[in-house]
Amino acid sequence: MLRLLLTLLLLLPLATQASEGEFFLTAKPAEQARLLEGWAAQPDAARLPLLENLRQGRIAEGDTRKVRLNNRLRSLIDNALASHQLLSDNTDTRLAAAQQLQKSAQPAQMAFLDRRFASEPDAAVHAALGLALANLQLGASEPAVRLAAVRLLGETGDPVARTRLEALLQPGVESDAAVRTAAETSLAQVKRKLMVGELLGQAFSGLSLGSILLLAALGLAITFGLLGVINMAHGEMLMLGAYSTYMVQVLLQRYAPGAIEFYPLIALPVAFAVSAGVGMALERTVIRHLYGRPLETLLATWGISLILIQAIRLLFGAQNVEVSNPAWLSGGIQLLPNLVLPYNRLVIIGFALAVVLLTWLLLNRTRLGLNVRAVTQNRNMAACCGVSTGRVDMLAFGLGSGIAGLGGVALSQVGNVGPDLGQSYIIDSFLVVVLGGVGQLAGSLWAAFGLGIANKLLEPQIGAVLGKILILALIILFIQKRPQGLFALKGRVID
Amino acid sequence: MNQPLLVTASQKAGPRLSLAIGAVVVLLLLALPLLSLLPADHALQVSAYTLTLVGKILCYAIVALALDLVWGYAGLLSLGHGLFFALGGYAMGMYLMRQAAGDGLPGFMTFLSWTELPWYWAGTQHFAWALCLVVLAPGLLALVFGFFAFRSRIKGVYFSIMTQALTFAGMLLFFRNETGFGGNNGFTSFRTILGFDIAAQGTRAVLFLLTVGLLLASLYLCWRLTQSKFGRLLTAVRDAENRLMFCGYDPRGFKLLVWVLSAVLCGLAGALYVPQVGIINPSEMSPTNSIEAAVWVALGGRGTLIGPLLGAGLVNGMKSWFTVAFPEFWLFFLGALFILVTLYLPKGVVGLLKKRSQP
Repeated sequence: MLRLLLTLLLLLPLATQASEGEFFLTAKPAEQARLLEGWAAQPDAARLPLLENLRQGRIAEGDTRKVRLNNRLRSLIDNALASHQLLSDNTDTRLAAAQQLQKSAQPAQMAFLDRRFASEPDAAVHAALGLALANLQLGASEPAVRLAAVRLLGETGDPVARTRLEALLQPGVESDAAVRTAAETSLAQVKRKLMVGELLGQAFSGLSLGSILLLAALGLAITFGLLGVINMAHGEMLMLGAYSTYMVQVLLQRYAPGAIEFYPLIALPVAFAVSAGVGMALERTVIRHLYGRPLETLLATWGISLILIQAIRLLFGAQNVEVSNPAWLSGGIQLLPNLVLPYNRLVIIGFALAVVLLTWLLLNRTRLGLNVRAVTQNRNMAACCGVSTGRVDMLAFGLGSGIAGLGGVALSQVGNVGPDLGQSYIIDSFLVVVLGGVGQLAGSLWAAFGLGIANKLLEPQIGAVLGKILILALIILFIQKRPQGLFALKGRVID
Repeated sequence: MNQPLLVTASQKAGPRLSLAIGAVVVLLLLALPLLSLLPADHALQVSAYTLTLVGKILCYAIVALALDLVWGYAGLLSLGHGLFFALGGYAMGMYLMRQAAGDGLPGFMTFLSWTELPWYWAGTQHFAWALCLVVLAPGLLALVFGFFAFRSRIKGVYFSIMTQALTFAGMLLFFRNETGFGGNNGFTSFRTILGFDIAAQGTRAVLFLLTVGLLLASLYLCWRLTQSKFGRLLTAVRDAENRLMFCGYDPRGFKLLVWVLSAVLCGLAGALYVPQVGIINPSEMSPTNSIEAAVWVALGGRGTLIGPLLGAGLVNGMKSWFTVAFPEFWLFFLGALFILVTLYLPKGVVGLLKKRSQP
């Protein structure tokens, strides 16, 4: 008997669900809306499958009868579904549901939201629910409820809360004086929190720009320090790296679609090899003949860059090519309501630091690095000691170009890939080299991040262009103090 | 060893020959505008297109001469001379825009719904003030930049990079609509200059003659400068600045003077360029243009006075032919020119000719 009762009890939800679905199907639209509103206000975990099916336009899986829905009903279904999802055990589901309710919650749901708000264990969901609740309470008729809502809004740091409070403070919207004052304090509170988020966001994009500048300038600093020549075609090495990434992506798509997720990793050695190869070829054919004439090398490398750009333009077209982020590089971490750190930028910052570390190890812990440092410090003496300076020049030039190629892979994940890609970074990376001092890894590191952050912090205050000009002026003034850059080698060499 | 060409060439080829060639070229240039005034069906008539093209190249030749003065003689490779050229052009363009707009605001300002002129436009309706601006804008900028750059002894590639960044910053600034110089489109659709119709053949001829005059005047000025003690000092700055300082000279003043002079020459060339070509926009300031000027000088032969003029003529002549005949391959050609000239012609065409004339 008892067993029978229990079985019935277990079956009951199924039965109610089925009958509710049947009922919904046959009801008139006005009736359906009322039903949905009722369900939204008093959610029942058992009703979840029905609502999910309703969203698909059916009452149960496998049921061929179509449910006719209009837009109003669809939004009501979404709202009711969110209400039910709040009962879920999954935090992400609850968070998404709470965010949906911020937009769509109805006054009838207030009691339910209040209960969930009180018992919610997760901080993020708690905050999101609070916002949804406060949104509702702002429309309440009693000033005390509105006051509580305004205070609640002040505690969140959400851009939505700011718009709500600003709307409330419009003349003629809120009649109660106490609520108005509370709204003003809350608004100030929200703005302060938002500003923290904005500043952190700017600092982060500065770090991100800095890491890209670092990748672009690192190779330049090596070749400039070693050979005393500015390689104007260095930006084109970035471009070659980015186009190598594009080629790898296209080839993998065609021949090995299974590995497409990891194409940036496969592109790294390819881009390094392509750029380093082109760089070494250039060093052997052109630049080698111009040592000791830095200004003319500058012109010759500019000519090389023109040829490379035009060649790419003829091969791939003048339009940008499409390089897509793989799934593991899209998306980001949400730290604050208005601060998202995208994965691709985080990975690039880490990557840039790793490249610096590897370069440092290569220069300071290997035989090649020893030779490079020797030639940088005193070319004639190194040659006397048996260092083959020509070979060192070639390898160091290849290394510098290869690092630029790696930078190109990173760039392809955050920006557009087109023939003019290198041109937009070359002047900035020169400034990094000028500021950081010649052949100094630490100098390049500080200068790149400093320039990147200064750029991004100045941008919202005075605009991107004026920011750039101001930075240029600051660099000129800075060079007055330290003509050889931040971390100059001390020496008595004079011509 | 890098004596001015006028001296060496006249020593080698005999003064008569070089003088005769020079005189023929000048006469040809002077005849060109007069021929353009002939009726359209005349056999010797020169079209407005040709006249504008040659006038444009002559303006570029002045830029090349100015660049050669700082690079060939003082050893300062500027990659920002396009900025000074464009500033002169913009100063003249302001006057032309005011002429075209009459009492109202220039067209692009009404488009931005501005109601009054920005302060720096004050007085630009007067031709004399516009001429002052043509000299002052590039001159003052060069003075300030040069003062700081030479004070901290920035030289070599550092100097080149800083000048390149300077012109890049200028380009970004002038691209903005809020700067008040027409943004992306710059200045165009001019109508009159000093009351004369700017498209009329007579005006064009006069502007052309003025350009030839400016070119000859700056050639004479540079020749006198490089012949004087000042010129010797500049060469010393280029070849061994530290030794010059040990001899008790302060090179900063010399460098600053020649730098500002060069910038002003560029500004004047820009001011003559704008009414002839009929447009000025921020792309004139792009680093590409400035670095192209360096190849004119390098091709012709730096450290000589005729070389840059020859180089500007050759490269721009080829450019106008190439961009019509094979537009895709012009950049290949220009790039190859950069490489070949620096590898095989370190003294330029003039150096080649000099070598030929020697037994």
